[in-house]
Amino acid sequence: MSYSLIEYAAFFSMLLIVLSLIITFIRLVLGPSLPDRVVALDLITMLTVGFIISYIILTRESVYLIAVMVVALIAFLGTVAIARYLEKRVLK
Amino acid sequence: MIEIIASIFLIAGSIFMFLSALGILRFPDVFTRMHAATKASSFGCGLMLIAVMLHIGGAGIIIGAFLTIIFIFMTAPVASHMIGRAAYFRGVRLWEKTVVDELKDRYDLEKHTLSSKKDTK
Repeated sequence: MSYSLIEYAAFFSMLLIVLSLIITFIRLVLGPSLPDRVVALDLITMLTVGFIISYIILTRESVYLIAVMVVALIAFLGTVAIARYLEKRVLK
Repeated sequence: MIEIIASIFLIAGSIFMFLSALGILRFPDVFTRMHAATKASSFGCGLMLIAVMLHIGGAGIIIGAFLTIIFIFMTAPVASHMIGRAAYFRGVRLWEKTVVDELKDRYDLEKHTLSSKKDTK
């Protein structure tokens, strides 16, 4: 079974995104402060969006574009909610 | 031809995402990490969605991908700004080689408002 060029490109981008997820997870575990972890979680959702986009290109299932929109929306709402929560309980 | 261009866009976008992950691991403080994470990852998402537009095509896909790009580019800076503001209010330590902190003493920590009184003094 032979793959075309775009499928090799999709495999390569999936590999890079999984490596990025591992690296970001290291920062999520290490992160010295709470905002560090929030930034890492935001980046993890953006990387999930990228992974779904690679999957769209690999399988030509364009239905998942709606999933991309929903994940981007949830990433924005979650980050804004956590940021407001962090801002309201300022450590004195 | 279109397949080659879409592959280039896809790989360029994933390389930008990898660079943002590398930046979030290697940069020294919250604000520089945020600078790496937000800008590079939203740009990478934009490039990969352009690859989707080129590879699949069709009016619905192109409109949906374009709207998603606009949505990501509108919301990522807002979310990043809110995290940065919260981090500054919590007093997260800056990098020790930071040259200037222009927000110092300008935030009212009780009312959460920004003032520029320091200039008029």
